[in-house]
Amino acid sequence: MPAKLILSMDGVVLKEYPLTKERTTIGRKPHNDIAIDNLAVSSEHAAVITILNDSFFEDLGSTNGSSVNGTPIQKHFLQNNDLIEIGKYKLKYLNDQPTQTTSADFEKTMVLRAPVRTATAPKLEETGRAEQLDTSRTAHESTSQFNVTSTRVDVPIAAPVGAPAVQIAVIQILNGPNLGKELELSKNLTTLGKPGVQVAVLARRPHGFFITHVEGEKFPLVNGDSIGEQPRQLKDHDIVELAGVKMEFYLKA
Amino acid sequence: MNVKEALEIVSQTNPGMVRSHNEDSVAFDAEHGLVVLADGMGGYNAGEVASGIAVSVLASEVRHLLEHTSPADLGPTGEDVGVGVLRDNVKKANLSIFNAAQSQPQYAGMGTTIVTGLFYDDHVAVAHVGDSRMYRLRGEIFEPITRDHSLLQEQIDSGVISKELAKLSKNKNLVTRAVGIEADVVPELHIHAVEVGDIYLFCSDGLNDMVEDEDIGATLHMLQGNLALAATQLIEQANDNGGRDNVSVILVKVKSSYAVPKGFWVRFKSWFKN
Repeated sequence: MPAKLILSMDGVVLKEYPLTKERTTIGRKPHNDIAIDNLAVSSEHAAVITILNDSFFEDLGSTNGSSVNGTPIQKHFLQNNDLIEIGKYKLKYLNDQPTQTTSADFEKTMVLRAPVRTATAPKLEETGRAEQLDTSRTAHESTSQFNVTSTRVDVPIAAPVGAPAVQIAVIQILNGPNLGKELELSKNLTTLGKPGVQVAVLARRPHGFFITHVEGEKFPLVNGDSIGEQPRQLKDHDIVELAGVKMEFYLKA
Repeated sequence: MNVKEALEIVSQTNPGMVRSHNEDSVAFDAEHGLVVLADGMGGYNAGEVASGIAVSVLASEVRHLLEHTSPADLGPTGEDVGVGVLRDNVKKANLSIFNAAQSQPQYAGMGTTIVTGLFYDDHVAVAHVGDSRMYRLRGEIFEPITRDHSLLQEQIDSGVISKELAKLSKNKNLVTRAVGIEADVVPELHIHAVEVGDIYLFCSDGLNDMVEDEDIGATLHMLQGNLALAATQLIEQANDNGGRDNVSVILVKVKSSYAVPKGFWVRFKSWFKN
């Protein structure tokens, strides 16, 4: 099913236009694919460019402009149910292609046989001993909590789509100089301990919190028992001991 | 120090939470510093066949060729033997898959992406086709090194769509180059200098589609002391987020320098050894 635009005015549907062409034009003159005979519409008002399953709306410098979902725009990447307004006319964009999140079948990798856009023909391969430049550097902050001295509060990460609300869990230090300090487990992974001596990682997963040994000769203790190499799910008020530090794991109400 | 002692390599592959087949194939050869990862595509079990051919051709041919030559030597065309070996064998794998697909109707149209790295002389030569990636963690910086051969990446490159908006696109998973689809393929090849402490991640799109780059980087950074656990955690995160595709990772940690000794005397001696 190709995506389509539904033209309406004052709540009355006038016509449906499937977006089958790479470029669908909208304007007052009859040669447009979507011709709207109204003086508020410029002769060549706008165009919708469709590349496979994606469509882009572009105002072509019209006199009265265009808006999408109430915001005046020049160019817009259309999403399902977007509402384009041109004068008194409305165009609803419908694209009920299964998205990545709804269909497993659709996500299968497929090969495009011919380059879609000649302007982006495959680049010549390079073999120079040059570092490839990449603008997408993803520097990440250090998330290690050595010795759990940090009490930094992080903004909780948005839960994955469709996942139930993540429970908040806290580790509280029970002995040593950091006695009483609390650490909220707000990240997917939190490491505890001293690098080179003993480190464990606490993983927040949809079905609970798990502690796993990372490095060091000794394994962490949970309620006095060594956990070995395997991950161990933590229960409310479990006592964790590593690198000589005792701490309590508990869930916040 | 030789490559085998200088590198720590682990690999893991998992079918994910939705698919019944695992169409990914992974292999590494610590002796020669070679890693290969392929993500196959094609109906029935053809995807597994394609990625399996790609990985076995690369692994066996490269091993065979490097028995007698060092990848750092200059080849007949003036480029490193290592680079030539990767290019020739990606092409060889391509032809094997293409021929199999032509001769057996159940394999028609099968193909695979590939990313393969050869570590030698304090460098890594990387060849890739499609959207399987290599990332590097160096110090605090985690970044993709390969650039996907995909419609979306081309659109990002040409400015049609921004990186942020690309996440909303419905044109994911459309690769513009693949191994085994046509009679010939042009792999993209680069050589990168490595530093001690670097961690290289080779992965199929089942990882980077499900887990944000930032989270992958944070995981690697935190768990660099235990590579096997890092690999397990990455796969778990992909599966916890839905696991809609097969997930494969290969992690390579550079523990020490593995430069090829360059002195005249060393070369002279090694010449007699052969």
